[in-house]
Amino acid sequence: MNITLKVWRQAGPKAKGGFETYVVPEANPHMSFLELLDVLNEQLIKEGKEPVEFDHDCREGICGSCGVVIDGQAHGPQQRTACCQLHMRHYKDGDSIVIEPWRAEGFPIIKDLVVDRTSFDRIIAAGGYISANTGAAQDANSLPIAKADADLAMDFAACIGCGACVAACPNASASLFTAAKIAQLSLLPQGDPERKSRAIAMVDQMEQEGFGDCSNHTECEAVCPKGISVSAITKMRREYMKAVIG
Amino acid sequence: MSTVLDPKIPAGPLKDKWDTYKNGIKLVNPANKRKHTVLVVGTGLAGGSAAATLAELGYHVKSFCIQDSPRRAHSIAAQGGINAAKNYPNDGDTVWRLFYDTIKGGDYRSREANVHRLAQVSNNIIDQCVAQGVPFAREYGGLLDNRSFGGAQVSRTFYARGQTGQQLLLGAYQAMSRQIGKGNIEMFARQEMLDLVVVDGKARGIITRNLVTGEYERHFADAVLLCTGGYGNVYYLSTNAKNSNVAAAWRCHKRGAYFANPCFTQIHPTCIPVSGDYQSKLTLMSESLRNDGRVWVPKQVGDTRKPLDIPEDERDYYLERRYPSFGNLVPRDVASRNAKLATDEGRGVGETKLAVYLDFADSIKRLGRDVIEARYGNLFEMYERITGDDPYKMPMRIFPAVHYTMGGLWVDYELQSNVPGLFVLGEANFSDHGANRLGASALMQGLADGYFVIPYTLGNYIASNSFDKLTGLEAEFAEAEQSAKSRIEKVLSIKGTKTVTEYHRELGRIMWDEVGMSRTTDGLKKAINDITALREDFWQNVLVPGEPTTFNKNLEFALRVADFLELGELMARDALEREESCGGHFREEHQTPEGEARRDDDGFTHVSAWEFGENGHQLHKEKLDFDNVQLTTRSYK
Repeated sequence: MNITLKVWRQAGPKAKGGFETYVVPEANPHMSFLELLDVLNEQLIKEGKEPVEFDHDCREGICGSCGVVIDGQAHGPQQRTACCQLHMRHYKDGDSIVIEPWRAEGFPIIKDLVVDRTSFDRIIAAGGYISANTGAAQDANSLPIAKADADLAMDFAACIGCGACVAACPNASASLFTAAKIAQLSLLPQGDPERKSRAIAMVDQMEQEGFGDCSNHTECEAVCPKGISVSAITKMRREYMKAVIG
Repeated sequence: MSTVLDPKIPAGPLKDKWDTYKNGIKLVNPANKRKHTVLVVGTGLAGGSAAATLAELGYHVKSFCIQDSPRRAHSIAAQGGINAAKNYPNDGDTVWRLFYDTIKGGDYRSREANVHRLAQVSNNIIDQCVAQGVPFAREYGGLLDNRSFGGAQVSRTFYARGQTGQQLLLGAYQAMSRQIGKGNIEMFARQEMLDLVVVDGKARGIITRNLVTGEYERHFADAVLLCTGGYGNVYYLSTNAKNSNVAAAWRCHKRGAYFANPCFTQIHPTCIPVSGDYQSKLTLMSESLRNDGRVWVPKQVGDTRKPLDIPEDERDYYLERRYPSFGNLVPRDVASRNAKLATDEGRGVGETKLAVYLDFADSIKRLGRDVIEARYGNLFEMYERITGDDPYKMPMRIFPAVHYTMGGLWVDYELQSNVPGLFVLGEANFSDHGANRLGASALMQGLADGYFVIPYTLGNYIASNSFDKLTGLEAEFAEAEQSAKSRIEKVLSIKGTKTVTEYHRELGRIMWDEVGMSRTTDGLKKAINDITALREDFWQNVLVPGEPTTFNKNLEFALRVADFLELGELMARDALEREESCGGHFREEHQTPEGEARRDDDGFTHVSAWEFGENGHQLHKEKLDFDNVQLTTRSYK
């Protein structure tokens, strides 16, 4: 397969970026999308050029490191799939593909397709946890939790923190990310004592990081590689209102 | 000179050793803890849990990871589950049984006292994780669900769908984040440790490189905890994440820490096979699949028919045939070696012929598609996404892949290396899994070390030693920083013709062929020669683009591959020296007439710990004493 790539190149956080066009003449349908970028980079290095920088690690769709906008869609055309698990069999010989980094005020660009997502870590550090010091726990089965609640908590806990939700949102809102953690912990009895302070602290931090507000476009759910439901956001709003008013 | 290593195992009966130890240690006054800084390198299950727990206790913790966030460490990819001896299912599990299974599964090449402690604290881990909000699978009554895993005779595995590693890691990450928010942990993400700094014989600091700006930093402390995972990527293709590497451990090794049992690697039997040269990594399919899948190859050599066209009586369900009592559930090392035997005979399947079938047709017929979908739906989906084949209709193609390394830096009972003040936790140490690791026990070990062992052993070290005040301006820091800097300048200045990936792929090929599932004297000697030549060529002819002062992933990889090129040779030497077959280490010269592994308990019931020297490695031994279990031959017939 012959594939043409238009890739965003940007030397550093303050440098001016722009698209460069490259051709990969020997793409293979069994390759993953990131393996296509590997092949491109080997090509560039051999030509004495700098390779395209992109974050990646597990390449199994679970670490959340990778994430680029492919032809306008965060993580590309396949639903519920991080771009490391997108395969070239979804493309055909002669296709041209545009690749860009996540674009959001809360995710400043570091280089090429690499962005700084430490804002997500600060949102979690503001309250996305249950305070349980090591050694203080009671027996695990002393606290029964209804299976339906545990399963729903797991649905929200599946978030990999990749940031696609932010990239897809017209407001660059981090609501789905923040809400997934608030929703998970509010469904569990262990999370109950801190539920008010958690909702307020996490929502405040999200706003301080420069993410926009949610205006119900639900683009986030559409691109989420783990299929996190926007019902999390409903839950977050309820938790926040209860905390502020009640 | 070769010495006999002392693991400092507490005296007394096995079941009392950990209590005896805890009763005898020195404690650090609560008001003094904040005066002690501890560096924790790596934020996986071991590093994350250690950093959080030590910060809760009051120590000043500095935590480092190479990823953009501590939440991305490779522990996150573990699928199956975590073992504990809770015995909630009432099916006969005990601490003793978990201990015994782990010792036996490791083919009697691990340390009794460490493994028993691991089994003892396993139950606390589950309690701790539930308290943190880890959403483990539950029964309808609201209590925790368990499953049998990896051929265990009891159901002792706790799990969170197929994402147990992710949920446990996020639990530890959130506990860490809480301490970061409180200012008790200083977090340094996108920072790579380039060297260990030893002052007056004690580990007192590290040199790091900021991976965004290229700046060097000196960090000093009273102790260094290395929690940097395993070295499976020495094989290039493995189930490890692309950034997983041996560099931090190898740098410590070159500063004096012994490397133990480097040849003990685990090749996992159920991975998606390689499809081409561009392949960058291998994807594991959880071994829980073997509970319902049947492994087979065609009876005929060179049978090219499609699987569904091969009639039942022309298929060889070789695991069921050779191991009637365990069948498809034999341990990982046995399953992997048998897949290799089948493909070596020319009976492999698929385009490359380097695969065997894992077939669910019988289970789907017996239990219905819905049941299989409920059990393995996410795995089947992942398989289809990667291969384009539907495993509900066609058998999966699977093949073994490098998955875990049991070897690692040598540590004593306190998880302290032979360099005082350097502690090694999780996969980075060698201590608990012997020559083969059982399923669902890596997560258990990482969290045991971080949550429940290190808080005691580190405290004992700090309370028993005095520490001169450091400024980071000492000659040892300057020397370590300069050596890191020179290495980077050198690798960038070569400007040769071969890329880092080309070297890495070539190294991986040598390792897989000669230091993989089956090893021979000739092959290992050849590997040593080939790796030496490849390493020399690397330092003459590697092409690393870009600058040292910017984000430069190729430079990061170049340094890691340079270390793999040294480690690979040591692995081959260790494998050559160990003239026996045990666990994942199979020497063709040492097998029974039926082709099973033959251990040499008289000659090799010891840990091989290698000391680095400019003129070559020196071997030290730690004798393994089995006072509580009888050494038996593992039989799964």
